[in-house]
Amino acid sequence: MLARPGRTALTGLGTVIGITVFVATLGLASTAAGQIGDRFDAMTATEVTVTDQSNVDDLPGGVEPGLGEDPEKAAMAVNGVTAAGSYFVPDIREPGGESAQGSLLPPGPPGTEPAGVSVDVLAVSPGYFDAVHARLAHGRVFDSFHEENTQPVAVLGRAAAHRIGLNGVEHRPTLFVGRHPFTVIGIVEDVERHPATLASVMVPRSSAMETWGAPEPGMGENTLIVDTRMGAAQQVGDEIRVALRPDHPAALQVQVPPDPRTLRDGIDNDLTGLFMALAVVCLGVGALGIANTTLVSVIERVPEIGLRRAMGARRSQIAAQFLTESAGSGFVGGMVGAALGAGTVVVVSLFQGWGPLLDPRTIAAAPLIGAGVGLVAGAYPAWRAARTEPAQALRS
Amino acid sequence: MTPVIDMRGVSRTFDGPSPVHALRDVDLTIEAGEYVTVVGPSGSGKSTFLNLVGLLDTPTGGTYLIDGIDPADMGERHRSALRGDRIGFVFQSFHLIGHRSALDNTRLSMVYTGVPRAERTARARTALRRVGLSHREHALAATLSGGERQRVAIARALAARPSLLLCDEPTGNLDSTTAASVLSLLDELHADGITLLVVTHDTGVAARGQRTVIIRDGCLSEGSRRCPAAPGPGPPRTGFRCATSCPKPPPACSPVPAGRR
Ligand SMILES: Nc1ncnc2c1ncn2[C@@H]1O[C@H](COP(=O)(O)OP(=O)(O)OP(=O)(O)O)[C@@H](O)[C@H]1O
Ligand SMILES: [Mg+2]
Repeated sequence: MLARPGRTALTGLGTVIGITVFVATLGLASTAAGQIGDRFDAMTATEVTVTDQSNVDDLPGGVEPGLGEDPEKAAMAVNGVTAAGSYFVPDIREPGGESAQGSLLPPGPPGTEPAGVSVDVLAVSPGYFDAVHARLAHGRVFDSFHEENTQPVAVLGRAAAHRIGLNGVEHRPTLFVGRHPFTVIGIVEDVERHPATLASVMVPRSSAMETWGAPEPGMGENTLIVDTRMGAAQQVGDEIRVALRPDHPAALQVQVPPDPRTLRDGIDNDLTGLFMALAVVCLGVGALGIANTTLVSVIERVPEIGLRRAMGARRSQIAAQFLTESAGSGFVGGMVGAALGAGTVVVVSLFQGWGPLLDPRTIAAAPLIGAGVGLVAGAYPAWRAARTEPAQALRS
Repeated sequence: MTPVIDMRGVSRTFDGPSPVHALRDVDLTIEAGEYVTVVGPSGSGKSTFLNLVGLLDTPTGGTYLIDGIDPADMGERHRSALRGDRIGFVFQSFHLIGHRSALDNTRLSMVYTGVPRAERTARARTALRRVGLSHREHALAATLSGGERQRVAIARALAARPSLLLCDEPTGNLDSTTAASVLSLLDELHADGITLLVVTHDTGVAARGQRTVIIRDGCLSEGSRRCPAAPGPGPPRTGFRCATSCPKPPPACSPVPAGRR
């Protein structure tokens, strides 16, 4: 085998291709699943959203639409919920119909050119900031004190603050939304969900309702964002209806993430199944290649087999010699294939911008699978070799 | 004492469109330590005979006992062990592995006999020195001359220290000086007590043995035998040959019907 490296390399080619496909398939499948998993696991898998949108006609008489009394508190009572906060988008249009502008100076009298920039306002409950995993750049967020006392305070998203021209809150700047002043107490640097937050001005719900009026119940304007523990989202989704609206759970719309396991199984089955079949076919071709070369080698080396028998080799030792060779070329093929397969995963991941993910056990198994293929492929040639009669063999 | 080789009516027929009776009805007894030479024309069955003796082939008729045991009654493991440990072969066509060195080829005879690796090399070197090939030990067998190959084949057989050495034309490719040194090597081995069976065309070589058998058309007959009074190695002593003491007259060599086994 070692005396003929060229042929050994050719022999291993089928195995190399088979193992390459095998490793690359498993690697790409796990990498792809990992990507989905990553996005998923991070945020989507732990997010449940509840809206009060309901078909009002379906509600029995006397049942009110809406998220219910203090949805934030009710949600927090559900097992598996780590944070919950509600928001609605208040209607900040001026009496004239134009959207109110945000500015750091008091606006001129009605009819003058509106100063400032257009802003989006979100009326949020204090728990909202935790629910979207807000990270603060400056100051603080408001709490239940502000909410309960209808404080005219505001927290700005990073983008909104930038537009308005605000880069600190030490001097308690006053932000006018239209004619309504709010004291800016904090700027949010980043959020992990509901990115609209970054471009918005957040004010306490009570202040927003006092200033612009309450949202209309049952129209889907009220939304509760619930942050759950990993893996608890499905359960929370089931229980939260009753927690919020024990009187009429059907009045709510609940969105839960798809079960990550189903998603991954889907990938495993479709893609992986196909490529694994391909890998098996390649390994089969590889096995035939090894079998053929080993058989040629046996026939070519009949005199040597005879000689070894004359020197005292048993049939089993002759068989072992050829099995070692075929298993060896399978093993080498498996190693090369594992390297090529891993390389494929890395290159594809690079182009896709994925983080390559490959189970080390796959890499470890590859040479062993190659050796196994070689062993199976070598069985018939080895048997032929072992059967050779020494006197006949020495004549040829 | 049990003879090393005991053949009774042994025959070997090669099947085919026209069966070849390579050996017919051979009776032969060789005692331990004997030096027997085998002569006969080309194609008469000498190599076939050596193969049978060395357990590389099985007779199609008659019984062959080696050390009093019928090889057919041994297990495959036992037969292989016997070939490896006890029997040495020097093949007519050498059978070296071309892409291996002379040293590797010499070591091969000890690979299957449980000789430790380090000792194999030491013994192989000694054997190569005995045939005068120390300087060629790293040369690939394929690059050696015919005579050098023949000597590597002899060294390989020697290195395993067989007690029964079968040589098929061991001097066929050698010049007279080298042949002489190989022949005196065989004499030394004989003196050491090894049983020697040497096939040759050369009457000079044949005369070195204690006893010569002739194979003609597959029939083996006893040739000359040296007088028991002058045993052992030494220079050719044709004068001591005493054909009259030949105990067994050559058997009549009649064509054997194909059916007879
Ligand atoms: N495997 C075989 N199949 C058919 N015929 C064979 C086989 N082996 C030997 N023979 C025949 O048996 C006869 C004896 O062959 P063998 O090789 O023993 O001769 P030999 O005496 O060694 O001749 P040489 O001196 O040329 O080496 C020959 O006719 C040969 O063709
Ligand atoms: Mg011959």
